[in-house]
Amino acid sequence: MLTFILKRLGLALLVAITVSFISFSLLFLSGDPAAALAGETASGEDIEAIRRLYGFDRPMLVQYGEWLFSALRGDFGESYYFKLPVASLIADRLQVTMLLGLCGILFALLTAVPLGVAAAIRPNSLIDRLALFLSVAGQAMPSFWFGLILIVVLAIQLGWLPPSGASTWRHFIMPTIVLGYYAMPAIMRLTRAGMLDVLESDFIRTARAKGAGETRVLFKHALRNAIIPVVSLAAVQMGFMLGGSIVVESVFALHGAGFLAWESIARNDLPTVQALILVFSMFYIIFTFLADVLNAWLDPRMRSA
Amino acid sequence: MTTPLLSVKNLNLTIPTGSGTLHAVRGIDFDLHRGETLSIVGESGSGKSLTSLALMGLLGKSIARQADEMNFDGVDLLAANRRVMRDLRGNRIAMIFQEPMTSLNPAYTIGDQLTETLLLHRKVSKAVARARAIELLEKVGITAAESRLSQYPHQLSGGLRQRVMIALALMCEPDLLIADEPTTALDVTIQAQILRLLVDLTREMNMAMILITHDLGVVARVADKVAVMYAGELVETGPAQEVFATPSHPYTRGLLRCIPQPGKTERGAPLGTIPGVVPSLIGEVSGCVFRTRCPHAQVACRAEIPQHGTASHGFRCVYDDGALSEEGELA
Amino acid sequence: MSNAPDPLLQEIQGPSPRQMLKIRALGHKGLLFGMAVVGLLVLIAILAPVLAPHDPYAQSLMNRMVPPVFMGGTWEHPLGTDHLGRDYLSRLIYGARVSLLIGAVAALISGVIGTAMGVAAGYFGGKVDAVVTFLINVRLAMPVVLVALAVVAILGGSLTVVICVLGFLLWDRFAVVMRASTLQVSRRDYVAAAQVIGASTPRIVLTEIMPNIFNNLIVVITLEMAHAILLEAALSFLGLGVQPPTPSWGLMVSEGKNMMLFEPWLVLIPGAVLFVLVLAINLMGDGLRDVTSPEGRS
Repeated sequence: MLTFILKRLGLALLVAITVSFISFSLLFLSGDPAAALAGETASGEDIEAIRRLYGFDRPMLVQYGEWLFSALRGDFGESYYFKLPVASLIADRLQVTMLLGLCGILFALLTAVPLGVAAAIRPNSLIDRLALFLSVAGQAMPSFWFGLILIVVLAIQLGWLPPSGASTWRHFIMPTIVLGYYAMPAIMRLTRAGMLDVLESDFIRTARAKGAGETRVLFKHALRNAIIPVVSLAAVQMGFMLGGSIVVESVFALHGAGFLAWESIARNDLPTVQALILVFSMFYIIFTFLADVLNAWLDPRMRSA
Repeated sequence: MTTPLLSVKNLNLTIPTGSGTLHAVRGIDFDLHRGETLSIVGESGSGKSLTSLALMGLLGKSIARQADEMNFDGVDLLAANRRVMRDLRGNRIAMIFQEPMTSLNPAYTIGDQLTETLLLHRKVSKAVARARAIELLEKVGITAAESRLSQYPHQLSGGLRQRVMIALALMCEPDLLIADEPTTALDVTIQAQILRLLVDLTREMNMAMILITHDLGVVARVADKVAVMYAGELVETGPAQEVFATPSHPYTRGLLRCIPQPGKTERGAPLGTIPGVVPSLIGEVSGCVFRTRCPHAQVACRAEIPQHGTASHGFRCVYDDGALSEEGELA
Repeated sequence: MSNAPDPLLQEIQGPSPRQMLKIRALGHKGLLFGMAVVGLLVLIAILAPVLAPHDPYAQSLMNRMVPPVFMGGTWEHPLGTDHLGRDYLSRLIYGARVSLLIGAVAALISGVIGTAMGVAAGYFGGKVDAVVTFLINVRLAMPVVLVALAVVAILGGSLTVVICVLGFLLWDRFAVVMRASTLQVSRRDYVAAAQVIGASTPRIVLTEIMPNIFNNLIVVITLEMAHAILLEAALSFLGLGVQPPTPSWGLMVSEGKNMMLFEPWLVLIPGAVLFVLVLAINLMGDGLRDVTSPEGRS
């Protein structure tokens, strides 16, 4: 187990470093970052001045090293647009995004797992068909469109919920549904497939032969085994969702990190964009790492390995 | 004679399929007394396992069960609701399965799985259940029993897992133990140990046992009574010694010829085989099911087949002697 | 002996695998529905100049936000007009071209990249596999929407840029699935046999492996095409994908958003069309998977 964790940690670090390099090199994608920063009307002298000011005249690897080391210390430079330290800017906005992500994954799990279990208990039943329909529709639903429809119906037509903003918990309901529904189909399908598989297995027959009741068989014996892969999937989905929050936050004008990313991209605020890509990647890397460890811990075969 | 512990009369199992009803098990009768071991023998697909699952009430939803009588120690299994069946299962009727490798839940420790049975059926403390688990692990010949409780199934070998399965089945001191091919998946050396263990335990605990197997060698060693099953029917039943000494049904004789016997079977001589395949059981099944493979089949085999022999040793065949006299001519 | 098929033999053997595939396909409602809708939309996209009643770019400030026929409009503009007076139906029809083109080409690019990586990893194993697996991990760790938006913003939002960005970002599923399928196939005996008789590696990959993982490839292509179409729509919705005045469904939703309070159909119609197209492609992909691998059916 310890070797596994160490190995997995090494891989996570390597991935993190590679991702950081890629997000840093985005700066150079446009060719000359100084010219891009100076704007189209700038003169050659202005561009040179900016080049020296930001240190773009040095070798790229040196710049990367410097950027990485300050990033490790929590210093992502200053936002071109807000003229504030990027780190504090992101830290401020991250709370909303984290809260949204957490609500979203909870919503997804709380709908997908019961639905998947119910569908697996009675294949081809009405509930199975409903689950299939919801997952097929969810996979095809453009989340920005779904969000707008919710706003039209729930906020404008019925007036039940506020259409945008983040001041109360009611503001989070629609974004949570949209973001959660995005992650729900995959979790539902995996739960259903896993339960179907496990329910066929010999140890379930043993549990029934012991005289265990159906509820006990389903939840203690079957779900416990079927849930293991769902845990990793949920972590992966959580990572994707934080990245996907950019669309949802812009639809509902939730001023979180996703919204910040959208603003920064539109304003060519590269230090902020780089930092955000890195932060979102880190979340994904951390979540998948934790999920793998949790997975190994949940599965006795891996725990003792 | 005392009333039997288990009495089954005219058990039928049918499975609806796309191309008609599959008559998987037909007209099964048998009685079983305390302390007796009944062995149901037959080739794979003959309906042995289905019969045992029918006793446990563990058939899939798609399988329909019908019988004139299924009585376990005064409990009518046909009328028993889920609650009653749940109280019987693991408590008074226990079962051991063929696949020790997959029959234990990989997510829980051996101790958790052993004690669960006792805790489900008896109002005892965890400590008592634990002590019972250790006692039984020792009884089934597992060393360092206490430390095994915290181990997971994947940490044990197949033989050990089957011993755990046996201990699991015995947790509540059942009256009836159903062992479905308990040794098939194990090494030959382990097979003998497990069988011996089962026999000793049934004697010691005065249990009745139904041993399901396709291996006649196993039957000969442990069974009091034998029921030979072919294509969903019992073609011959009787005391083990009698059935081995004077096999009456052509199928039983065929089976016995397939086993090499030291001293009797000549070196290099071909072993017996039973040519042909099992008939389809979809749709109406009539007459003798073995007639498609029987060397003595005749037109009359398509009609109703009479029961011959004594009450204790009976067989179904159109021939009064199970075509034993014809056998000499052929050989 | 004649070469005519023996009827008795045919009865024993039953339908050929190809016939079985056809039988299963014709019995799969989702697949049939998906193929019908996708086929129809492809046809509409190809015939756009013939079918569109108006020029999708022609503005008419006199006829802004005319409602669709079913909301009191006229047949002159069956689905009404947008905030610049452009015919909505014509823009939808041309929008199908954008979505399908982006979906198909992006899936093709990522398919080539991902398949090459996946097959190499599965076939060679060892270090190659380790490197590919690492690259897949890196790719999965990058937030797609964010990176795509940033790159499109830097390089400018032309159709070509959007297609390339999506193509270079969406290869992960191809790599994962092709790696797994190749691993599975290359353990089979006929691959070992080909190696024993000294067939070259390219030959083995092309003649022994590719044909056997082709079904999976087709399934992933359809699913990734749907993914690319959705992503393009999201990018365009955020204003950093296809640029106006190109008729993209995502862009149309974005443009309609401001008038959503009073004219919700401006948002509903393009979004619904997008939903139906993606749904149909997904159903087709799921159906193809069910039909080609009956043992994997859930």
